Amino acid sequence: MNDIIYVIFGINTLAAAIRITTPIALAAMGGAFSERSGIINIGLEGMILCGAFAAVLGSFYTGSPWLGVFLSLLLGGFIGALFACFTIKFKADHVVTGVGLNILALGATTYLMQVLWGCKGSSPNVKGLSEVSIPIIKDIPVIGKLLGTHSPLVYIMFLLVFAGWLLLFKTPLGLRIRITGEHPEAADTLGINIKGIQYFSVILSGCLAGLGGAYLSLGQLNWFSMNMSAGRGYMALAANIFGHWNPLGCLAASFLFSYTDALQMRLQSLNIGIAHELIQMLPYILTIIVLAGAVVRSRPPAALGEHYETNK
Amino acid sequence: MRVVELKNITKRFGNIVANDAIDLDINRGEIHCLLGENGAGKTTLMKIFFGLYSCDTGSIFLNGKDVEVHNPGEAIKLGIGMIHQHFMLVDRLTVAENIIAGQEPKKGIFINFARAKKDVEELSRRYGLKVNAERRIEYTSVGEQQRVEILKNLYRQADILILDEPTAVLTPQEVKDLFTVLRKLKKDGKTIIFITHKLKETMAISDRITVLRDGKKVGTVNTSATSPNELARMMVGREVVLRVYKKAGHPGQTIFQTQNLCATNKRSHLHLKAINIAIKRGEIVGIAGVEGNGQLELEEALMGLREIDRGKIIVNDRDITNYSTAKRRALGMAHIPSSRLKRGLIKSFDLEKNIILGSQWSSHFADKGILAQNRIKKYSREVIDNFDIRCSDSKEIISSLSGGNQQKVIIGRELSGDPQVIIAAQPTRGLDVGAIEYIHNLLLKMRDEGKAILLISAELDELKSLSDRIMVLYEGEMIAEGDTNRFTEEELGLLMAGHREGVLTDVGA
Amino acid sequence: MLGHDRLLARIRNLPVLSDLLYSFIAIILALIISAVLIFISGYDVGRAYYNLLYGAFGNLYNLSQTLLKTIPLIFTGLTVAIGFKTGLFNIGGEGQLYWGALASAVAALSFPHLNGIILIPICLLAGALAGGVWGAIPGYLKAKTGAHEVVTTIMLNYIGILSTSFLLKNYFKEPGYIDQTPMIPEAARLPELIPYTRLTWAIFISIGAIIVIDLLFKKTSLGYDLQAVGENPTAAEYAGINSASKIIISMMISGAAAGLAGSSMVMGVFNRFITNFSPGYGFTGIAVAVLGRNKAWGVLLAALLFGALEAGGMSMKLFAKIPMDLMTIVQGLVILFVAAPALIHLLVRRS
Repeated sequence: MNDIIYVIFGINTLAAAIRITTPIALAAMGGAFSERSGIINIGLEGMILCGAFAAVLGSFYTGSPWLGVFLSLLLGGFIGALFACFTIKFKADHVVTGVGLNILALGATTYLMQVLWGCKGSSPNVKGLSEVSIPIIKDIPVIGKLLGTHSPLVYIMFLLVFAGWLLLFKTPLGLRIRITGEHPEAADTLGINIKGIQYFSVILSGCLAGLGGAYLSLGQLNWFSMNMSAGRGYMALAANIFGHWNPLGCLAASFLFSYTDALQMRLQSLNIGIAHELIQMLPYILTIIVLAGAVVRSRPPAALGEHYETNK
Repeated sequence: MRVVELKNITKRFGNIVANDAIDLDINRGEIHCLLGENGAGKTTLMKIFFGLYSCDTGSIFLNGKDVEVHNPGEAIKLGIGMIHQHFMLVDRLTVAENIIAGQEPKKGIFINFARAKKDVEELSRRYGLKVNAERRIEYTSVGEQQRVEILKNLYRQADILILDEPTAVLTPQEVKDLFTVLRKLKKDGKTIIFITHKLKETMAISDRITVLRDGKKVGTVNTSATSPNELARMMVGREVVLRVYKKAGHPGQTIFQTQNLCATNKRSHLHLKAINIAIKRGEIVGIAGVEGNGQLELEEALMGLREIDRGKIIVNDRDITNYSTAKRRALGMAHIPSSRLKRGLIKSFDLEKNIILGSQWSSHFADKGILAQNRIKKYSREVIDNFDIRCSDSKEIISSLSGGNQQKVIIGRELSGDPQVIIAAQPTRGLDVGAIEYIHNLLLKMRDEGKAILLISAELDELKSLSDRIMVLYEGEMIAEGDTNRFTEEELGLLMAGHREGVLTDVGA
Repeated sequence: MLGHDRLLARIRNLPVLSDLLYSFIAIILALIISAVLIFISGYDVGRAYYNLLYGAFGNLYNLSQTLLKTIPLIFTGLTVAIGFKTGLFNIGGEGQLYWGALASAVAALSFPHLNGIILIPICLLAGALAGGVWGAIPGYLKAKTGAHEVVTTIMLNYIGILSTSFLLKNYFKEPGYIDQTPMIPEAARLPELIPYTRLTWAIFISIGAIIVIDLLFKKTSLGYDLQAVGENPTAAEYAGINSASKIIISMMISGAAAGLAGSSMVMGVFNRFITNFSPGYGFTGIAVAVLGRNKAWGVLLAALLFGALEAGGMSMKLFAKIPMDLMTIVQGLVILFVAAPALIHLLVRRS
């Protein structure tokens, strides 16, 4: 019994939750940018997956995990650009395109993994990112254990979330993104370049999700495995809604999901007599409950999912 | 001194020619009205000028220079501003944010919100356009939203202001205020293009008038040298008597009634307050009011599309308060909805399917849930013939019909099933004179056949000429009621602005 | 919530060159891009596509394998198409399929002595019902709370797979190392059509499902209601249609189709329930429905195509050593191209 209480409230569980949060929060913030500009981004899942793959690919061929991270940003951004091109230029349905992209990403990464490394389940081990300790913080009693030592991408995630919040709510660009997603016609009459704003937001979204993927493959592990995003993109989407399309809210919501996930993994290792299938369901069930409870009160950008035609 | 010259502007949408080789000259510092019926091409012409549409042929000269306007951004740089009929404001942003967006004052890389507020307040004082810079648009009144729109353009230093049907949403008092502002702007050297279809306003505010009809320019006249009659002739192309001949009604017993009906719109915080309406057979009761004063809520509450808080609805002595929409329809309630495309039609369905909308389970059109295609086809043909719906075939997709014909589909559907009670909300909005006349006469015919009709309209002329009795709705409350000829238009105007009857007599109006 | 309903309505009503032509061009484009990928990966494109074709249609056995793969795809394609018609994107076919499969297996094992004429309908009904209920959950959540079905159905896929696996292991497992039920009684197995091919009467059941769904949407008041809700929920409300109940009904029918996909596998192919047996039929159903333009007969053609790709992909893997995942790439590409008719317009005009 004490074990269970320790697991639920333990610092290790919280620290694990922070780690698990990182990719989801990054992708959720990506979702926030994309959707604030009016583009529904179901493709986050595929973007994470491609990011994870690109990171391992980069690290494998250059031996430098940081170049891998860079490649994940690049590929994530490229997938974002592709997604933007389909939804903005060719006016494809956002949701259908997103799902198509996810299937394509799953097929392509698995296929390439086999072609490049000749193995089906996972890639060979590559050089991952080593954890770093923050000098003063790591010596503070509780906080040190919680925040003192992590992958550098965890710290980068915190910085990016804050920067994303500033960008979205305090800068001219952020104001323009929000107007585009709420009322593209109004944005147009203000002389705002709607397509430019949307391309920027969706590409940024791809970069952020790609970075999240890099954390999965190089931060938490040091290899790529088939379908390693495992629904995180969809959780990120739910976190984005629950977090009211606000980077800070995204982080908080992602943490909630991740905490359940961390709990789930710890409980499994404890062997407490509950079938592990049931424990594994926890984060998924929580996502549904949160979503069902959250959307009643949250309001998406008004023109989300619509196509706007400039200069007819 | 010519400031704007549009030459030979032509614009096609598919097969429709919206603008046909139109020339337009605007002088500096004048108020120029662009007059014409709905669909005459006024808005299209101005959207081309503002860069929202591109024209097929033609050129634009600004201060004698040939310019090309590809998008509103370029128009703004050229000093052109446009206030659209449907406001281009973001509900969830503040007044100040809406005004500065696109030209934000900066502090480093961030928006300087303090400066934005100051700038907006200064501008607001200078032109007497009262707004609250920090309030979110969703909590402002329609009048304030229009002031924000004007400020938005002044903030961008527009010299030429285009206003598209700006008075449609205003009370008579607010119209007066708007005109004062416009005159002030004119004195300041601004040029104003005023799009409208209302003759009275045109005569009151403009220096010169250009009339459009069916996408073509009819002519430009000096306001001082013309008359409403001449303008009407130019607009419509024939002598028009915009009057329907109404025989005296013979109302029977009351068949439709609401008792202390209360409902709430949680989004806009509007409350319908204890509404009591009684309509007799063979009677048209008109609801007057500026839009947004509870008309939509009333319409929806009566048809079971909006939850009500308290009160009763009674049809034929039966309490139907808790009936579903389907059950109300089955009881003989028909509904011509105010939002035609959003509620009244399914755009991708064909005519037949739209004509049976709401009756797809009735035994006329289905046998135990299996649609009876032949009967549906036959019935659709009848409706199409009876209501003179112009279409190629009953299988035609509804979205390919013109607005007037789409409205006829709705009206045909709703009035064909021998209804007892008809809720007609804004039945002629956006239609041309011919269609309006047709619908007016049809409603009167229905009245004479003994139907009870509730007419919700924003057009005073329409209410005056059709209704037997008029009620005035203001901020969710019925503040006046009486026989139609008891009210003059001026009185109705004041009532719609919230001046109650008691006040009215006191003032001696 | 995510507001794509209007878009769904729009995509269904695009001015079409012709649906078939669009879909055909989309497939050709996807195959061309895949050919480039095969080439870059260092394989022989000619050999790959020869094996793909031969594996799908080369002889009676191969053809029967194509049909065999087609059956579950018809069901899951219908699953997605039915949802689309009501403006819902049901990505939950996978979870619904597992519930249908388990229910059929359990029904069969519960009545070992019944005659096939009675037992087979019971098993099919159990599968449809279980899939339907699993599908109705996200429908209910959407109708009552607005929770977007894309996210909830995906979450319910994970939960569906985990929960059936939990039930299997704890209540229905055959002793041994493999997580599977015992074989179902002979009477519950669908009769084979061509000996030794495992191609069974399931193909007729799937075609029957297509006919039923086609009639539902073309000829019935319920179908009318479902489409009205999908095309314009506000107008549907105006017409007195109860959108909430229609959303739930639509998801239930949709889920039932997915459940039958599971039943057809249990009763026609494996003759038992095995964990993780589906190679993603629920997801391939999306591609099938999108390619088939959400029309019942379109689903049949699209399912045949993807069935052929699956069967051909097997032989491509066997004889040309190209990973099966190439077929997933083709699926993804087909969805993307079909979703963007403007792109195809552009390409056609250029060439």
